[in-house]
Order: sequence, then structure tokens, then C-alpha cells
Amino acid sequence: MTAFLFQRALSFAISVVVASLVVFVVLEVVPGDPAAFMLGLNAAPDTVAALREQLGLDAPVWMRYLGWIGGIFTGELGTSYTYRVPVAELIAARLWVSVPLAAYALTLSTLIAFPVGILAAARRGSAVDAGVMGGTQLGIAVPNFWFAMLLVLVFSVTLRWFSAGGFPGWDAGAFEGLRALTLPAIALALPQAAILARVMRSALLDTLEEDYIRTARAKGLTRGQALWRHAVRNALIPVLTILGLQFSFLLAGAIIIENVFFLPGLGRLVFQAISARDLIVVRSVVMLLVIAVILVNFLVEIAYSLVDPRLGRRV
Amino acid sequence: MSAVAVESAGLWRAALRSPAVLVGGMLSLAIVVLAAVSLVWTPYPIDGVAIGARFAPPSWTHWLGTDHFGRDLASMIMVGARTSIAVALVAVGVGVVLGVPLGLAAAAVRGSAIDEVIMRGNDLVFAFPALVIAILITAVFGPGAVNAIIAIGIFNIPVFARLARGAALSLWTREFVMAARLAGKGRALISVEHVLPNIANTLIVQATIQFSLGILADAGLAYVGLGAQPPIPSWGRMLAEAQTMIALAPHVAIVPGLAIVLTVLGLNLLGDGLRDLFDPRLRGVRR
Repeated sequence: MTAFLFQRALSFAISVVVASLVVFVVLEVVPGDPAAFMLGLNAAPDTVAALREQLGLDAPVWMRYLGWIGGIFTGELGTSYTYRVPVAELIAARLWVSVPLAAYALTLSTLIAFPVGILAAARRGSAVDAGVMGGTQLGIAVPNFWFAMLLVLVFSVTLRWFSAGGFPGWDAGAFEGLRALTLPAIALALPQAAILARVMRSALLDTLEEDYIRTARAKGLTRGQALWRHAVRNALIPVLTILGLQFSFLLAGAIIIENVFFLPGLGRLVFQAISARDLIVVRSVVMLLVIAVILVNFLVEIAYSLVDPRLGRRV
Repeated sequence: MSAVAVESAGLWRAALRSPAVLVGGMLSLAIVVLAAVSLVWTPYPIDGVAIGARFAPPSWTHWLGTDHFGRDLASMIMVGARTSIAVALVAVGVGVVLGVPLGLAAAAVRGSAIDEVIMRGNDLVFAFPALVIAILITAVFGPGAVNAIIAIGIFNIPVFARLARGAALSLWTREFVMAARLAGKGRALISVEHVLPNIANTLIVQATIQFSLGILADAGLAYVGLGAQPPIPSWGRMLAEAQTMIALAPHVAIVPGLAIVLTVLGLNLLGDGLRDLFDPRLRGVRR
């Protein structure tokens, strides 16, 4: 187990380093002179020279890379060229919107998907099952940003229950904050829930065919009792894995949804940075997103080996 | 009749009896036909601005209504289908052409350093969601449909590489592959002559699913401004433009969304149906 953990941790570290090299090369080496790129074609030469000095571009490439990587550990990510504030501050402020949004959506999708998936598996072949399968098929096909627009049309424009966008800030109180995140979280959660419910159903159907379920039924348990006491727990293993793997879709979805609702999160930040050619902000936000995906996959593998120790031993 | 012909005749009969394949196939075909027809004919020219006719609801003259410039939405949807299909199709092509050979090679030299490098490379690409790749490319080269193709295509490579490797691995232990090895055939030749034809069905099913994911991803990228740029019509851009007018003219936002949903739904149904057809164990069993 220790060897397995060590090997996975090493693989995690290597992935992060290689990913950071990719991000650095694309954003810092490919554009040629990042300073000239950021300022555009009409920039005066002395302005470019000043920015070059401010960004430390006269240092060799490898020193700039090491400086950036070191900065990720110390929180010194440089100063945004457009906002004139430290990038770390910018990102920290935006995380207060993006992380709660993702967590809210994940909670909602789990709360919807688990009961729905279990119900469909328990009533396999019934009208309920057919309804769930049809509904989830539709849920997978709906783009979440379009669904978000429909939610705005119904709940903001017509019913006026929620605002159509914007974020009052957590200073306005937890209730107001959560209220502003509710429609975005639903828009993110439903397509995720559709996938998760299908995985839950099919994992349950697999476990229901196992010998231990037959044994449990032979002992006199009803189908429902066998399902709850034995099958659900075992079906959780594949479901949790999918939940982890879906994380990168959730992240990408959150970035797009933030734009639908004008939420001041990481997604809005990165798009504003792209249009302003603020590569200093782009590289750190992108790196943060990539680290998050690698970290979640790493944690899922560890969790998986804890639930099923054979996986840890096999490596 | 040869064995292959018998099997394919059986498949056709089964396909015609499968509601998923029929409905999914017809929906997908309808979108492709609409896109193809738009090359020679659309109900109205899509660059015709008619401010007097703007925000017209669906009617006999404009089947799906008009947008804020008075452009015919049905014509825009037809031309937009071209963009979506082109982006998603080329992206699937990139994934297949680069991913499948990598997966086959990894399986052929299983456990070797090459296998390890290919699979770790795949893991690395998986760490970059298509949206993040698109952000990286756009930050440096600016937005465009080609960037969307590259971003979605790169994301597709590890999907096909992993699938091809997994499916090929089980074949390498089968007798007919052993026989080919005993006959002195090289690993590359066996991969192409014996392994590839036997995993083709699995790859086709996955290609259908990646195609539908590509349509969704393209719409998302175009919506946030990372995909096809004006004046090229795309469903995602139509939605982005409609967003501010949703209270005024809901149909302008509803129509392109429905086009995306029907296309993705059709492709997903087709993919699911084909998977059940190709895997006889699943025939008649709904999972």
C-alpha cells in the first residue's frame, strides 16, 4: 500500500511538472516576445521595454520558468498587467465564487442522481425506469449554458424569483450569496446528475446479479432490503470514480456558466484576461485548473484503492 | 452467402428493429441533410438584414422566426449545422487518426517503456479539458473554428488511444493472433490486419459518442467566443447573441438550443443503439 501511494504521488508530481511545462511553453515561448504580444502592434518600443523589465523577460527562459514555479508555491504569481494587482489576490477573490458554485452543483447533482438511479434500478423495466432513462438521455443532450438561459427565462424573467445574473458578494449574507448561485448551480448540476444517475443505475444492476445478493435474498431479505443493505454500498465504487472523473467537465461547465450569469469567478477572469492579452493571469488560472483536475484524479485513485485494497496491491 | 454477408444481413435486420438506431439514425441524418442542402439552398440568404422583420415569431413565411437583424432563423440553423458538424467531425478524425495508432502500438508492445510513455502521455492530455486547451490556444493565436477543432481533437486523442489499447489487449491473447505471430507476421502488420478490424465496431460506437460530445463542446466554445467567429454562423454564437434578448424574443434563444439538443440526442441514441447491436450480449437487455 505504501509503495502504491508513493508511486501514485510520484506520478502526480510528474504530471504537474510536465503540465506546467506545457502551459509555460505555450504562453511564454510560443508568442515570441510576451511583452510585445501583450501590448499589441501599436505599442511604443520604450513601453515594450518597460514591460519586459517589469516581467523579468530579459532573464533566460529556464530561470523565468523556475521563478514562476517557485511563485506557485509561495503565492507570488506576479502582478496582473491589466488589473495592476497581484494575480494571487485576483485568483483568491474569484475562488470565493467558483469553488462554492462547483460544490453547490456537485451536492445538487449527487442529491438528485442517487435516489433517481436507485429508484430506476429497483424498478427495472417499469414505466419509472423508462421515464428515468428517457429523461437522463435528454439531460445528457442539453448544453448546460442553454439550460441556464431557459432557467433565466422562466425563473428570472417570468416568475422573478431569482436575479438573472450578478453576485452580491458574501458580505451581503450567506443566504443572498447562495440565492445568486442557485440557478447557476442547477444549470450545472442537472446534466451531471443525468450521467451520474445512469451510472448509479447500471452499477446497481451489475451488483444485483452478484451471488451475495442471491444469498441475501435466499436468507429471506426482500428485493428492497437486499438492494439497500448490500447492493447500494457496492455500487458506490464505480459511481464515486465517475464522480471524480466528471470533475473536469464540472470545472469546464462552471467556467461557461459563470459567463451566462455574469458571476465574478475564475471563468470570467480568464476570459477577460484573454481579451486583454493578460498572459500573466491566463497562465496561473490555467495552471490552477489543470492542477485541480490532476489532483482530483489522484485522490480518486487513492480513494478507489482504499475501498478496494486489491487495486493497491496489484501495482 | 458468406459468413460475413449473413452476419451483416442480420445486423441490418436488427438495426431496422431497434428504435434507438432508427430514431437516432433519422435525427442524425436529418441534420446532415439540412447542412448539405444549405450548401446550395437556404430559405433566405443568411446575410440579408431586414430590420423591419426583426424578432418575428415562427410563421409560414419564417418557419422558425427571425433574429435581431431580421435574419431567417431556419436558414441560420441550416448553415450553423455545417459549422457544428465540420468542427465535431474533424475533431473526431483527429482523435481517431492519432489516438487509434497510439493505442494499437501500446497494446502491441504491452508493458514496455513505449507502452508506459504512451499511456502516461494520455494521462497528461486528460488533465487538460478541451475548454482549457481552447483557452491556451486562443490566448496566443486568437479565437476561431480551427482552434475549436484542435482543442476538441486533442481531447479526443487519449479517448481513442485508451479504448483502442484496452480492446486490442484482449485480442493479443486470442488464438488467431497467436497463429499470425507463429506465421512470422510482425506486430505492426498484425495490429493492422487482425486487431484493427476486430475493434472497429467499438471504435465506431465511440466515434458516434465523441461526435455528439464534439457538437456540445463546439457550441460551448462558440458561446464563450472561443470558436467560430462572425460572420460564420454557429449555434453557440447564435445563443450568445440571443442571450441579451431572451426577455424580448425567447424563440431566438430557444431555436438554436433545440437544434443542439436534437442533434446530440440523435447521435447518442444512434451510439447506444449501435453498441447494443454490435454486442450480442446486450441485445434486448436495456442497461
